[in-house]
Amino acid sequence: MLQRVSRSRLAVPSIRLRRLPVHLTVLVIAAIWLIPVVGLTVSSFRPALSVATTGWWKSFALPGDYTLENYSNALDNNGLGLSLFNSLAATVPATVLTVTVAAAAAYGLACMKFRFRNSVLLLTVGLLIVPIQITLVPLLKIFNSLGLTGSFLGLWLAHLGYSLPFGIYLLHKFFSQLPRDLFEAAAMDGASATQVFFQIVLPVSRPALASLAIFEFVWNWNDLLTALIFLGGFREVAPMTVTVSNMVASRGNGWEVLTAAAVLSMVVPMAMFIAMQKHFVRGMLAGSTTG
Amino acid sequence: MAEVVLSHVGKVYTDGTRAVADLNLEIVDGEFLVLVGPSGCGKTTALRMVAGLEDISEGSVAIGGRVVNKMPSRDRDVAMVFQSYALYPHLSVRDNIGFGLKLRKLPKDEINSRVADAAEVLGLAEHLDRKPRNLSGGQRQRVAMGRAIVREPQAFLMDEPLSNLDAKLRVQMRAEIGRIQRDLGVTTIYVTHDQTEAMTLGDRVAVMRKGVLQQIAPPQVLYDRPVNLFVAGFIGSPAMNLVHATLERGDGGDFTVAVGDQRLQVSEKVLSERPDLERYVGKAVIVGVRPEDMEDATVAGDAEGRTLTAPTNLVEPMGSDVMAHLTLAARAAVTEDIKELAEDDGGRVLDESATTTTIIARFSPRTELQVDDEAKVYVDTDRLHYFDPDDGTAIWGDDNPATTTTPNTSQGTTEGEST
Repeated sequence: MLQRVSRSRLAVPSIRLRRLPVHLTVLVIAAIWLIPVVGLTVSSFRPALSVATTGWWKSFALPGDYTLENYSNALDNNGLGLSLFNSLAATVPATVLTVTVAAAAAYGLACMKFRFRNSVLLLTVGLLIVPIQITLVPLLKIFNSLGLTGSFLGLWLAHLGYSLPFGIYLLHKFFSQLPRDLFEAAAMDGASATQVFFQIVLPVSRPALASLAIFEFVWNWNDLLTALIFLGGFREVAPMTVTVSNMVASRGNGWEVLTAAAVLSMVVPMAMFIAMQKHFVRGMLAGSTTG
Repeated sequence: MAEVVLSHVGKVYTDGTRAVADLNLEIVDGEFLVLVGPSGCGKTTALRMVAGLEDISEGSVAIGGRVVNKMPSRDRDVAMVFQSYALYPHLSVRDNIGFGLKLRKLPKDEINSRVADAAEVLGLAEHLDRKPRNLSGGQRQRVAMGRAIVREPQAFLMDEPLSNLDAKLRVQMRAEIGRIQRDLGVTTIYVTHDQTEAMTLGDRVAVMRKGVLQQIAPPQVLYDRPVNLFVAGFIGSPAMNLVHATLERGDGGDFTVAVGDQRLQVSEKVLSERPDLERYVGKAVIVGVRPEDMEDATVAGDAEGRTLTAPTNLVEPMGSDVMAHLTLAARAAVTEDIKELAEDDGGRVLDESATTTTIIARFSPRTELQVDDEAKVYVDTDRLHYFDPDDGTAIWGDDNPATTTTPNTSQGTTEGEST
């Protein structure tokens, strides 16, 4: 006993020492990621002349040398305000749709018994490796004949279709690891399969649903290809990605406005991530079952 | 509350494995029936078939007179307590207990008052707003119980509800389950592998082995009149000692059991109780003696023809008794039944060729026996058990039932079935 205590006392500094490289590495990686973000953000608040002549880090030595001009320029003159709205209109419903449909499908595949269940699952997972590009032409033809091209509904459906295999795969993995007893207990308590889904499975799966929502949101938000193809490049419907890429093409010089646009398109997914963070509760199932 | 009747119930899994065979149980209204047996004996499968969590391959299950084979769990109106508790982790204790009532769309006031009542009974009143993760193991177990009792179902089904509690808590909860069940009078089927739980809780106990019902009887009958070696070895702790012996009849007509080189006198009374023993005279039998049917002869007083001597290899003082492990010069009984029990007992090694058997005797604490002493053991020969060495069935031949198909017929009609 005595030996054990003294050994563990000795072990404290050595564990810290051993973790030092890990901590350093993490810090370095964080810095590598953060510095450009900070630089971009700082630059977006600097006047065009300063941006063109000095580096962003110099701005800290010049107090008062900040402006919101880039933002008003981007939002008003370049129609980024409308694009911001368009991006939200494209992304939010697509994300909600994907998470909802994937959850329902994954629940069926993970928790219900029916014929060809495994085949359906296998087929779904197999779809993960199909490249988007080979589906574009046939899908566009179908969308054209249905009058879906150029509409948000069409884009939502396209996003939904492309995201479902991953969503189902992710949630299926999570659902199938939920303790079976939980479903059986609910069934004994009188719950139907639908009630089990809404009252048990969804609440205890919050962490998985939140991660899927973040994935989908970021993908849909950053998507350029699908948006260009199914919405077209029209200004009225163009999301952020399309508008920003047009700005890159049209104004090679005035890139101080671009920094503001980039910050705007970055802020929304970040806000989304922070909002979802509280759902990543560790040990969601703690206390449910023994062992 | 209702009776639960299983008739010719069998379970065969899709891969052909048979879990339960021709199970017949009639559990009357308000009865506490315990299904007991080693792991893999089909007791849990049988329970899950009643619950509707497992398809019924053969036969039928009726609850309250309705055959429920095709009825989904949620319509059977039975409540189950799971071994793992299976509490809803995102709901408070209050909502966990009230979940079933909420699904049945009971008025809020009634749900609240019934949850409060159940919480009162279980001592959970102060914890109603906590989440399961903030409860101790014993409290979680109570919540699982609460979820069952609040529903006032036709029957309770309990699947080893105490196996995850520590020893002290288990004894306490065992008493509580017994009390609650008696108070509520709800028909209960309780599955356990713990024979102490079975004996203390059950109005009747059904012993199963490899999917086959061995014996169903009130605990004391099970203990006093086991129908075969399996039941004899399973019920009782420490287990019944089982050794090979020969029945002999002396010149004067007296009846003896030869255990190794030693002989025990058996009174005529035993013969009249077990008329079939007559047929085994001169033949090999397996003799069983429970630890408490032996006593240190220096304490009990010497009795001619009723003592055995054996060297002592271990003495365990328990305070109230002393457990003496003795090496008896007689061949140990090793049959399929006993092998299976040994396996269930943590893989105890059995040596078929050994000429000695370690037997355990429960002596009075007044014994002065020491390790390596030659113990003189008084054996209550009226209470010996006799089994056929070939098929392991108990040797009786009288009309007393060892198995009761219904609990209230103390002098039933069925002869103890053996399998």
